[in-house]
Amino acid sequence: MTEPLIEIRDLNVWYGTEHALKGITVDIPARQITAVIGPSGCGKTTLLRSLNRLLEETEGTRVTGQVLLDGVNIYDRGVDVTEVRTRVGMLAPKPFPLPMSIYDNVAYGRRIHGLPVLDKGNGRHLDRIVERYLRAAGLWEEVKDRLHSPASGLSTGQQQRLCLARALAVEPEVLLCDEPTSALDPISAQRIEEQLRAIKTETTIVVVTHSLRQAHRLADYLIFLWLGELVEAGPARQVFQNPRDERTRAYLAGDIG
Amino acid sequence: MVPRPRISRRKLEELFFQGLMIISTVGVLGSLLLILGTIVWRGLPALDLAMITQTPKGGYYLGQEGGILNAIVGSLYLALGGTLLSMVASLPIALYLHFYAARSRWAEVVRLALDVLWGIPSIVYGAFGFLLMLWLGMRASLLGGIITLAFLELPIMARGMDEAIAMVPAALKEASYALGATRFETAARIVVRQTAPGLLTAVLLAFGRAIGDAASVLFTAGYTDRLPDSLLSPVASLPLAVFFQLGTPFPKVQERAYASALVLTVIVLVLSVLSRWLSRRLTRHVIR
Amino acid sequence: MAWRTREQVTAVIRQRRRRTDRLAERLMAALSAACVLLVPLIAAALWLRAWPILRTRPLGDLLFSTVWRPQQGAFGFFPFIMGTLWVTAVAMVLAVPPSLLTAIYLAEYAPPRLRAVANPLIDLLAGIPSVVYGVWGVVVVVPLVGQRVGPLLHRWLGVVPLFRQDNPTGYSILAGGIVLAVMVFPIIIAVAQDVIRAVPQGLREASLALGATRWQTVRNVVLRRAWAGVMAAIMLGFSRAFGETMAVLMVVGNIPQVPRSILDAAYPLTALIANNYGEMMSIPLYDAALMGGALILLAIVLVFNVAARAVLVRWVGS
Repeated sequence: MTEPLIEIRDLNVWYGTEHALKGITVDIPARQITAVIGPSGCGKTTLLRSLNRLLEETEGTRVTGQVLLDGVNIYDRGVDVTEVRTRVGMLAPKPFPLPMSIYDNVAYGRRIHGLPVLDKGNGRHLDRIVERYLRAAGLWEEVKDRLHSPASGLSTGQQQRLCLARALAVEPEVLLCDEPTSALDPISAQRIEEQLRAIKTETTIVVVTHSLRQAHRLADYLIFLWLGELVEAGPARQVFQNPRDERTRAYLAGDIG
Repeated sequence: MVPRPRISRRKLEELFFQGLMIISTVGVLGSLLLILGTIVWRGLPALDLAMITQTPKGGYYLGQEGGILNAIVGSLYLALGGTLLSMVASLPIALYLHFYAARSRWAEVVRLALDVLWGIPSIVYGAFGFLLMLWLGMRASLLGGIITLAFLELPIMARGMDEAIAMVPAALKEASYALGATRFETAARIVVRQTAPGLLTAVLLAFGRAIGDAASVLFTAGYTDRLPDSLLSPVASLPLAVFFQLGTPFPKVQERAYASALVLTVIVLVLSVLSRWLSRRLTRHVIR
Repeated sequence: MAWRTREQVTAVIRQRRRRTDRLAERLMAALSAACVLLVPLIAAALWLRAWPILRTRPLGDLLFSTVWRPQQGAFGFFPFIMGTLWVTAVAMVLAVPPSLLTAIYLAEYAPPRLRAVANPLIDLLAGIPSVVYGVWGVVVVVPLVGQRVGPLLHRWLGVVPLFRQDNPTGYSILAGGIVLAVMVFPIIIAVAQDVIRAVPQGLREASLALGATRWQTVRNVVLRRAWAGVMAAIMLGFSRAFGETMAVLMVVGNIPQVPRSILDAAYPLTALIANNYGEMMSIPLYDAALMGGALILLAIVLVFNVAARAVLVRWVGS
């Protein structure tokens, strides 16, 4: 295993009285694709949303424990939540383009962070950056002639790739993907998977998926959750071929979940 | 199968209530059309170009010559000013309810206050505005009317905006948060755009209430035959023009009341159409 | 790593954004607080101005005396309070049944085409200024009540005091009630219709699948589910009718008496204030009395709001 970028230490999450994550301790390796698998309701999405503190946007959640990003606990009092979310990007299950043009969607993150001004000093024009990330998301060719039309006019598959470009444009170190292809047709889904594989050389990716085949195709590292508990984590090949825990074996065989 | 009677009791009940409902609907829609018809029928003969392009001539308040331009311009100034002023308070309050005080006790208190304010009669706002002006040492003026109307419009606009913003999907806000945006940035850049049609509807609704309200400007804006030349000069308004003119014993002046009522109705009608058209245009970017 | 340098450069920007966010929060919180304080502020302002008569006369006299002679310093609000209550009550009795039936018809029965015509019309009429309703009242309703409806009621139901006609002008509680009823039609219909439509389709289907007729489904399932919202719609209409000034003032006759029949003239509080603001400052204590009238209106609104909320909470709770 390469050096971990995110270290999760004894993480507990409650929704009201429901104990959704129970004492999770696991490392997420840098510049690899980590897949989080498990039956629905096991806490996969909760784990993901704890990594960029999006959990606190839902009323009544309580979090204890630590999530260390590069050695710094993102739940520390002094940490600015917007900074966490700048460094940890996210791709939601359903594409939600922002109510603006395609171009502005990609530029939005950089603009709110005040980056275009800095970029200009470095000779990086916003247009070039928008193009670059639309290319990275595999969308450039389809939208280059209508960058300034509303993003709501794109197909669902295109919208999801736009959301990918939008997330990448902030240049996050980590990209969280919550069932990123569940709302897509097979071809769009394949495109997204290709793009994820292409960017993992620079970006650490965490994918939540309920599809074992997708986990097979994508994952370098695997985390298996069961009813809010961590059952098993390790290099994907090892977990798939030789699971240590009986529940993992049963889940992978399709007997449970 | 068990044979049934051909018309059962419940069938009769169904028919009875359906009949009642159709009679009600026809009656209600009919009476509403009757109002429009009456205003047009009485107002149109009295309306000419001079009515809407000239100020009154021949006699203080109730001149029988000239037009009602003073009231038209006055009403537009009053409603426009009140709406702008009210917007400055309403939008932040509505955003606050969803971004900083979401689902808190305090948000419920604010909503309760807005509900109570909604129910306060406009004459009470008028009295309050009047007292406020006494304390400030102001006379009946455009500014006084604007301030009073802003109070009157506040609950209408803020609750309308509140409801519009409540429709924003949580995932859209999260998409912005996930990019590292602050609450304010998400509110101002994403949510305001997404809800633009709803916000506009709320604004125009409040504007319509303001332009048609007589009781609140009675104390505070005064009445004059001239066009206002400053914020501190008294100003006429259409509803009061209707009221005063209709109250005179002269049939010729009463005719002018019908014309004024027609002008007021047309303004409201145009607003309503404009609101529909604009909110359709503003949906360009809206994400569903 | 690359992000570190970037982070250092953008640290200043981030701090500024955080400050903006906090500033926005404070400003918005202050505005919300001001809005909450507005109600007590209005009450306090009216109270202060009304204090000279509140101080010198017992509350019971003010509220229940029928003598209103400003020149002699006699300020009995009873006729005006009764005027307000009578007109509002008549308006609601006339408005609620047809509004609800229309709302149910438009939501549950009407073909989409009719709905597409009716609803914009209703929205439009909700926006028409009350003074226009008043004009309609003077031109159509008052003569109708004076010459047709009044005599008819008197002839057939005159034995009941409520329907006696001693006032042939037509400027009466009934005229005010009719104008107000038509004015609140659009409000009640629009809100009630929304509430009824919001009842999940599955609920209707469950009832229809059991063999219920449409009306049985409406009565037993839809209305039961939508009850709280329908009450809210009625209360919105009530608020509007209760606080209306101009439309009522123009048709109700404005005679300070305690009404006995719906064909009598009355003098609601709102009309009292609007009619007399001109000479308010020239008669001693008159301004205090009129502001006291506004205070009574405000008090009734507040009591009504609290009571309605309590009742609603109980119903929705059960």
